[in-house]
Amino acid sequence: MAVQRLVVEQVRLALSSNQAVAYAVRDADVDVVAAYPITPQTTVMEKISEMIANGEMDAELIHVESEHSALSAVVGASAAGARVFTATSSQGLELMHEILHIASGLRLPVVMAVPTRALSAPISIWNDYSDLMNTRDTSWVTLIASTAQEVYDTVIEAFRIAEDPRILLPVMIGYDGFAMSHTYEPVYIAKSPERIREFLPRRDRVKLDPNRPVTMGTITPPEWYYELKYQQVVAMNEALKVVKETDKLLGELLGRDYEPVETYMMDDAEIGFLVYGGVYGTLVEAIDTMRSKGFRVGAARLRLWRPFPVEDLVEKTRNLEKLIVVDRAISYGARIAGPVALEVISAYYYEDDAPLIASVIAGIGQRTITEDDFVKLAEVYMRKGRDSPLYRESIYWGVRGVEVK
Amino acid sequence: MAGLRLRSIKDLPREELFNPGHGLCAGCTASTIVRHLLKIAGRNTIVVNATGCVEVSTTMYPYTSWKVPWLHVAFENAAAVASGVEAALKAMSRKGLIDPSKRINIIVLAGDGGTYDIGFQALSGMLERGHKLMYVLYDNEAYMNTGIQRSGSTPLHAWTTTTPIGKVMRGKLQPKKPIAEIVAAHRIPYVATTNVAHFMDMDKKFLKGLQVEGPSFIHVLQPCTAGWKFDPRYGIKLARLATETAMWINWEMDHGSFKVTVRVPKRKHVRHYLKLQGRFKGLTEDDIEEIQKYVDAEVERINKLVGAQVIGPLVED
Repeated sequence: MAVQRLVVEQVRLALSSNQAVAYAVRDADVDVVAAYPITPQTTVMEKISEMIANGEMDAELIHVESEHSALSAVVGASAAGARVFTATSSQGLELMHEILHIASGLRLPVVMAVPTRALSAPISIWNDYSDLMNTRDTSWVTLIASTAQEVYDTVIEAFRIAEDPRILLPVMIGYDGFAMSHTYEPVYIAKSPERIREFLPRRDRVKLDPNRPVTMGTITPPEWYYELKYQQVVAMNEALKVVKETDKLLGELLGRDYEPVETYMMDDAEIGFLVYGGVYGTLVEAIDTMRSKGFRVGAARLRLWRPFPVEDLVEKTRNLEKLIVVDRAISYGARIAGPVALEVISAYYYEDDAPLIASVIAGIGQRTITEDDFVKLAEVYMRKGRDSPLYRESIYWGVRGVEVK
Repeated sequence: MAGLRLRSIKDLPREELFNPGHGLCAGCTASTIVRHLLKIAGRNTIVVNATGCVEVSTTMYPYTSWKVPWLHVAFENAAAVASGVEAALKAMSRKGLIDPSKRINIIVLAGDGGTYDIGFQALSGMLERGHKLMYVLYDNEAYMNTGIQRSGSTPLHAWTTTTPIGKVMRGKLQPKKPIAEIVAAHRIPYVATTNVAHFMDMDKKFLKGLQVEGPSFIHVLQPCTAGWKFDPRYGIKLARLATETAMWINWEMDHGSFKVTVRVPKRKHVRHYLKLQGRFKGLTEDDIEEIQKYVDAEVERINKLVGAQVIGPLVED
């Protein structure tokens, strides 16, 4: 991952991921923020409120009465030409769902941070990725960060991706609720925002302007609807290229390099894990432990979820014998119930030398995943060959009453 | 809008910003409202339209009836979307990204479903936050766009497809929600009710609503030929009868001061209003008298509020 090359002068702060979001939003010169309080997102909004109240940030903060209105308000502001931001979690993201589709359908460069959280019922304020995974088909470019540093960098990057005239799509940045949103890490941020603002030029786009009137959000008959939706398909596919290009530019700006799929000790690994979000740190530690005992294991993490980076994923994991995909969300009723596992299996369908792919569900409602869990999972799959039923369906790791043999 | 003074019909701008050729029904009075609204507002205007008849009938891609920038997002959120537009213009003009000297009108246009019911929460939030925009409610008293279903605005005993006049139930069982008064309870600068037949009253209220600092709310009665079941030529006549029978009262609440703007010295029986409409066709004399009693009580309440008899007694001619 990140090689430190301090290109822009930076200062080191102790920040939670939520605070890192607020600093990035400030440095990106956002015009309008609308948000509604929900755990664990709340401190994003609190920090932004504080920055605005102290005159450190020049933006309008709309204290909306719901998340539905939060996204609606930033959609309106974005349509009027402003740079906009919102953040939410869990139920809030579910309440926004209708407008998620509209933001992308109107091709508005909205940026949203999502410290992820489990869904009700039963209510849980703790982490998993059920909320983010439910947005899969909404046509938002979706990145998942695994450190507070990456959260800061990615929020800045997100504005450039979203506003790229080749795509004009909303961007969502997910990261672990609590484990990241409320945990302090050292984060390098730009000492002054000028260079960040040069990285994020104000580009002209279609907007609500009385000098050039446009009609946005029309009713569209069968003769036209499909073509407009197909343009979105093309834009989402194009977004893969845009994200990779922007990753490079971001690296030149901040000295930290990112890729859609990142790996650790993967070159000679026989068994590899694929995860997303903050748990990657735990996994890397577990890999070190297992490597010290002579096991050839490696780690990968998915940083870009939508558009799904098929080639990157295959290229970086194809030499494995076994690939264990750990999902923190459940697609109920599917035999392979991990959303990312499903995608990985589909990515490998036409590949001749695919690894054996296992789907593991873990970390649901913040059932903690420890290094030991990864070691034990490696031990389980080390013994299991192609004939094992453990590859045929997802296993539910760590749930009481279910024993994985 | 800048510098516009409305003394008579001759002062109405000639410029048309709402194009003909849209798909609203023949005899629909919503288009009359929108046409007047844009004449008053002028070119420096952004319209946010909630889902509804006007939205679907005026923007069939790739055509549009709108000569001003127009945005539709969804049904329940027009007030929130417009809050965002207002905040955007504020921030961008502060930062010099748009011309700070230019005052742009922001207008929400929504029907009764999008206001009384599904859009109520977003509306209340917008009012409480005090955004400077004008919310125009065109009220046709049911979900006309989906085919005449009951809304919180449907009046007592009116037929809709979901409140049939049956053997046991007589149309809608509840009176209209007093939406404009609920809005006024938010203590915003300007709230008015008006009616497309009294178009100078309506246009003056649009103008005032655009001029005040902070949110304004203009509630316009909009007779609907398809949903109320009347001959398309009677739209304006019905709107006038609504005021003459006091089924509808044109008032304004200007910075806390309440005034009835169209006085009715001699009031007609509600029967005159009801009988022209198919939606009240199945009512018995008792049902009609119940409506009359309800209106009588309303008139008494309003007169008491004003402290004078602004709506007169029932006089049969």
